[in-house]
Amino acid sequence: MSATEVPTRGPARPAPYVISGVLLVIGIVVPLIVPLYARTDPTLFGMPFFYWYQILEVFLEALLLWIIYTIIVREDRRRRLAVHGDRATDGGAR
Amino acid sequence: MNAAVLAVAADGTRPINGVALAVVIIIFVAVAVMGFLAVRWRVTPADRGLKTLDEWGLGGRSFGNWITWFLLGGDLYTAYTFIAVPAAMYSTGAVSGFFAVPYTIVLYPIVFLLMARLWSVSHRHGYVTPADFVGGRYGSRTLSTAIAVTGIVATMPYIALQLVGIKAVLTVLGLGSGDNVILQDLPLIIAFVVLAAYTYTAGLRAPAVIAVVKDLLIYIAVIVAIVWLPSHLGGWGGIFDAAQTKMSAVNPATGKPVGAIIPGATSFNAYWTLALGSAMALFMYPHSITGVLSTKSRNTIRRNAVVLPLYSLMLGFLALLGYMAIKAGTNPVDLNGKVNPQLVVPQLFLDHFPAWFAGVALAAIAVGALVPAAIMSIAASNLFTRNIYKDLLKPHATPAEEAKVSKLTSLIVKFGALIFVLLMDQSAAINMQLLGGIWILQTFPAIVAGLYTRWFHRLALLIGWAAGIAYGTFAAYSVVNPVTHAHFGGSISPFPFTDVPVYIAVSAFVINAIVSAVLTLVFRALKVKDGRDMTTASDYGADEGDPKVAAINADDRWVTPSPDAPIV
Repeated sequence: MSATEVPTRGPARPAPYVISGVLLVIGIVVPLIVPLYARTDPTLFGMPFFYWYQILEVFLEALLLWIIYTIIVREDRRRRLAVHGDRATDGGAR
Repeated sequence: MNAAVLAVAADGTRPINGVALAVVIIIFVAVAVMGFLAVRWRVTPADRGLKTLDEWGLGGRSFGNWITWFLLGGDLYTAYTFIAVPAAMYSTGAVSGFFAVPYTIVLYPIVFLLMARLWSVSHRHGYVTPADFVGGRYGSRTLSTAIAVTGIVATMPYIALQLVGIKAVLTVLGLGSGDNVILQDLPLIIAFVVLAAYTYTAGLRAPAVIAVVKDLLIYIAVIVAIVWLPSHLGGWGGIFDAAQTKMSAVNPATGKPVGAIIPGATSFNAYWTLALGSAMALFMYPHSITGVLSTKSRNTIRRNAVVLPLYSLMLGFLALLGYMAIKAGTNPVDLNGKVNPQLVVPQLFLDHFPAWFAGVALAAIAVGALVPAAIMSIAASNLFTRNIYKDLLKPHATPAEEAKVSKLTSLIVKFGALIFVLLMDQSAAINMQLLGGIWILQTFPAIVAGLYTRWFHRLALLIGWAAGIAYGTFAAYSVVNPVTHAHFGGSISPFPFTDVPVYIAVSAFVINAIVSAVLTLVFRALKVKDGRDMTTASDYGADEGDPKVAAINADDRWVTPSPDAPIV
């Protein structure tokens, strides 16, 4: 398939991928550690900890993913620039 | 509870709620008109008539951030979810209901990680389905057919369950209590015929447009309910106390408590494996992947992974409506006079809100069934067209023929689901959906490992897939409901060789992965011939600006296999 082997991106730097990989693992593993939050106290407006903590986690996860997104997209853009020069795009933050 | 029982006649017949019904009908008609108009939405004059699968089945692969957000939100958070999650909370509490929240939390890192690569390789090679990718990556028609069939079989009961969602709404509205079988199900049949018609006409654009309406309606309904109901019912403390009281009652059939509002240590493993297994399975479903491939650029899905958790927030609140129904004494009596927990959310809205607002909320649920049903039928049709019709029956089918076959298949799929719901017991659909979740996760090793490595042997993946399906089916069959003594009594069973109760799909997946890995080593050692990989490393990082492979060499997926790599 040599005809199609046109590089789309330059070589990767490991650091952004290692950092975002670790953050992704945290984002997957921490919400699954049930003993961390399977308790009633402290309650919030009468809602047991189990419930309000997991709802709070939705926001924490969104924040975490936003951080990962900025790291990955910056690296993606750099790698793309290395190959395409002016044609670099991440699809545009529309 | 007694006062509420009196409101519904003993035989379960209900008065028709005229105002709420009128609101539901108006919204339904508006949505149907939008669905038909969608045929012209964002279509260039050259593409009028949607004559290719890219146009009909993937909305022109052109959806940006906003549309994707609504489309995926409408696609993943289905009407059945809206009905079943609060119903589970109402019946047995946190373990079988609230796991949906961590499930849809850990879902998004997984999506973020995997789906951009799948988008890129599919963009480069024009893949429409996950089975297209597996076929191209492993050069195995057997494996790609296995993936396609799993996808279709897992999707069918899921579509049927969307009908169950509509049915719950219709029942609460007072419809469906006629004596005649046809008359009884007529509203459901009409709803589905209209849905089938605009999906046939406008393809994926129809659910994309409707999803915007559906999602806005459901947000309004849930926000109003979550702000107003707790104060009306005497605060969160009272709601959780009522739930606690109901859950600690002893079930006479098992001698154990009905449920728990906080999972005990024995159900920790069930809770997290349910969440993880469901999250891993969701984006293996063809309808999720259809949503991903309809986006216009590599990072659209990543941006969406950041903002889609907003829907999880709504799902969490919706789940809590199940507890509010306990506190409010909601009495979900079905037409046959028996308690049907699936009616709690529609009934709760009807009991506590003005009829017109209850109508809006019920319409949101009903329309919420139409969006995923449309996308699922499109996804199943694309699988059939690409990986069965084209790969196995007519290799030289033109893009126009593909679109035609897919449109017709979408009709067959929908009527199949309709007949399934009308003729079979509802629990059959639920059992099948339970099995579908287990089965679809068995496509994970082939699809996901393939995104990163070509290490696995195609034959090993096929045998691993079969082992996972066989174990999962057997384990699910062996779970016996303690009350009814029926098989397929649940999705939790002990992990093999232990007594740790976990989600069966996860056990089956572990078996699948181990078999695939071990057999890969064996087949490599025995030098069993592997398939040809049509993809290259650069394909997995491609973006919208990069040229497509088809532009360089015409579709050579199956037409010209190299002599040294016979197709399995």
